[in-house]
Amino acid sequence: MEILVCIKRVPDTSENEIEVNRDGTDIERDDLVCSVNEWDNYAVEEAIQIRDRVGGSVTVVSVGDEEAEEVVRREMAMGADKGILLSDDAFEGSDGRGIAAILKAEVKRGNYDLVLTGAQADDGAAQVGGMLAAMLDWPFASLVNFIEFVDDKKIKVGREIAGGNQEMYEINLPSVLSIQTGINEPRYVSIRGIRKVASLEIPVHTAGNLGISPESVGEPGAKTKRLDYFMPEPGEGAEILEGSTDEIIDKLIELLKAKGGIK
Amino acid sequence: MTRQVFAYIIHKDGVADDTALEMVAAAGKLDSDARVTAVVAGAGSKLDSVCNEAASSFAEVWKIDNPALAYVTSEVLRPMLVLILPKNGIILVPHDHFGMDLAPGLSIKLDAAYLPDAVDFQGIDNGKLKAVREEYTGQVSTHVLTDISEGVVITVRPGSFKADESKRGEGHVVDKTPEAIEGGLPAGSCRFLEIVEAEVGDVDITKSDILVSVGRGIEDEDNLEIIHELAEAMGGDVSCSRPIVDAKWLEKSRQVGTSGQTVKPKVYMALGISGTFQHVGGLKGSPFVIAINKSPRAPIFQVADVGIVDDILDFIPELTERINELKG
Ligand SMILES: Cc1cc2nc3c(=O)[nH]c(=O)nc-3n(C[C@H](O)[C@H](O)[C@H](O)COP(=O)(O)OP(=O)(O)OC[C@H]3O[C@@H](n4cnc5c(N)ncnc54)[C@H](O)[C@@H]3O)c2cc1C
Ligand SMILES: Nc1ncnc2c1ncn2[C@@H]1O[C@H](COP(=O)(O)O)[C@@H](O)[C@H]1O
Repeated sequence: MEILVCIKRVPDTSENEIEVNRDGTDIERDDLVCSVNEWDNYAVEEAIQIRDRVGGSVTVVSVGDEEAEEVVRREMAMGADKGILLSDDAFEGSDGRGIAAILKAEVKRGNYDLVLTGAQADDGAAQVGGMLAAMLDWPFASLVNFIEFVDDKKIKVGREIAGGNQEMYEINLPSVLSIQTGINEPRYVSIRGIRKVASLEIPVHTAGNLGISPESVGEPGAKTKRLDYFMPEPGEGAEILEGSTDEIIDKLIELLKAKGGIK
Repeated sequence: MTRQVFAYIIHKDGVADDTALEMVAAAGKLDSDARVTAVVAGAGSKLDSVCNEAASSFAEVWKIDNPALAYVTSEVLRPMLVLILPKNGIILVPHDHFGMDLAPGLSIKLDAAYLPDAVDFQGIDNGKLKAVREEYTGQVSTHVLTDISEGVVITVRPGSFKADESKRGEGHVVDKTPEAIEGGLPAGSCRFLEIVEAEVGDVDITKSDILVSVGRGIEDEDNLEIIHELAEAMGGDVSCSRPIVDAKWLEKSRQVGTSGQTVKPKVYMALGISGTFQHVGGLKGSPFVIAINKSPRAPIFQVADVGIVDDILDFIPELTERINELKG
C-alpha cells in the first residue's frame, strides 16, 4: 500500500494567541510557535498504522517554504518513510485550488493507492482534500474516522456525521480521504526520534519539476484572495465579571442561584 | 442581468434542515435582486414534502428524485449537480459535514471559484464578491475577495445568518431528474453501506439542566478531577469539547457540538473552551452561558452571557469550595 499524506505547517493555536499585525496585512508572526496541523498528525498516524498492518510505505508531502521542512521531518520521525517538500516562489499566495493542483502534480509522479489529508487546517477551509480528489477523478470521503482494508483494491471507511453518528462506505482504491481527529491516538515524537532523521535529505520539488505553469497557481491563479486580517467586531458579548476572585465568585454564585445553576 | 443563486437544501425524514432558511437570508445578503432557487435531492414522497416546504420560501425549487438518492451521498449527487447547474451560477451549501464532503469537489467539476465557510457577505463589485471568514478557531477574521465571474461554490457557516422566515416563495417546483441522470448513474466507486449510530453513554447530557463543560484548557487528564468536583457541587453533569473526547479522557456521549450532542440546559459552564462554531452549534434553547477562559479574546465570550477571565485551574477549586460552604 503506497500512501501519501499531505501535511501543513500552521501556527499552533494552543501555544499562541493569534493577533493581527499593525496594518492588518497579516497575523503577528514574531515568536509564533508553529507545528504540524492537528488533523494532519492523525492522518500520518493512521497511514503508519495501515502500513504496519498491510505493508507498503508512507510518504509525507507539504507545500510551503523552507520552514515547512521542519514538519516534514517531524512526521518522518513519527514513522513516515519518505518526505517531500513542494516549494517554489510561484506557489506563494495559492488558494485551496492552487494547493490542490500542486499536490495533484506530485500524486501523478508517484504510484499511490491512498492519499490522506487532514479534515481542515488553520484557516478552517476544509477544501484541499475534496478538490484534490476531484482533480484526480478519484473517489473521496471527508471526516473519516475509521479505515479497514477489504482487499488491495477496496477499503471500508467510516465518516463522522452529526450527533456522533457514522456513515459507512466501501470505496475503491485509489482514493482520497480527509481524516478527522480522534480516529487514533497519534504517537509521541521524542527528541531522539527527531535527531535520528535530522540529517536525512528531503527532496524539494519546484513548479518546473512538477510541470506546473507558474501563472496557474500562486497569487495569479488564485480566485479567492485574502484582503486583510481584522479582529472580530465585538458583538453584544458577555458581561465580564471584574474584581478580586472573591468578589467574582460572590457575583457568580448569585447568578447561578438566580438561573438555577445550583441544585 | 438577474443573478442566479442556488441554495442546496439539506433535509432529513421529510423536513428541511434549519440551514434552509439561513440560506434564504444568506442569498438575500449576497444579492438582494438575485433569483434564488432551492435544490432538493432525495427520493419519494418525503422528498416531495421537503420540496413543498422549500417552495414557500424560494422563488423556485429544483427537485432531483432518484432511488440512488434514498440516502443522499455526495459522490452520487455531485455528478448530477454538475449536469444541471449553470456554469456561472452562485451555489450555496451549508458548511457542515455534508457540505464539506460535497462542495470542494463540486467547485472543481464546475470549474468555479470556491469560497469556504463564509460568515458574512459585503457586496459584489465588478464580478468580485467580498466576504468575511474566520481563521485560527475564530481568533481572527479576514475579508476575502472571490472572483465569481465564472461561477462560485460557497459554503455558508451554519448559524451565521439569521433564518429568513418570510414566506415569499412562488411555489414552483421543477423536476430536474431527467437532466440530472442523463447518461446514467455514476459507476459505484464509492458505495454507501449503512449508518452506525453513536453509542449511548452512562449519562444523557441532552437531559441535563446544568452542564459543566470542559475543554482543552484543562491541560491534563488528572485535572479533570476539579471539573467533576464542581459539577457535583452544582448538581450538574460534566460535558466537554471535542479534544477531550479525542484524547479519550471522557466518553464521546459527553461531547457537545455539531459532531456530538445537541444540549439544552438551563445553565452551561464553558471552562477552557475557545468557542468554535462546531462546539457552540451544540447549544440550543438559549441556556445561560458562563465562560471561563484565560484569554480575554476567546470567541466563547461572544456567545456567553457572563465571562470570567482567569485560569480555570486556579479559579474552579475556589468556586467549588465556596459552593460547598454555601450548601453546608
Ligand atoms: C467537522 C467538525 C466537527 C467538529 N465537531 C465538534 C464538536 O461537536 N464539538 C466540539 O467541541 N468541537 C468540534 N470540532 C472541533 C472544533 O473545531 C475545535 O477544534 C474544538 O471545539 C476546540 O476545542 P476547545 O475549545 O476545547 O480547544 P481550543 O480551541 O484549543 O481552546 C482551548 C481554550 O482554553 C483556553 N485555556 C487554555 N488554558 C486555560 C486555562 N488554564 N484556564 C482557562 N482557559 C484556558 C484557551 O484560551 C482556549 O480558548 C469539530 C471540528 C470539525 C472539523
Ligand atoms: N500547504 C499544504 N501542503 C500540504 N497539504 C496541505 C496544505 N494545505 C492544506 N493541506 C492539506 O489539506 C488539508 C485541509 O486543509 P484546508 O483545506 O486548507 O483546510 C490539510 O489538513 C492538509 O492535509
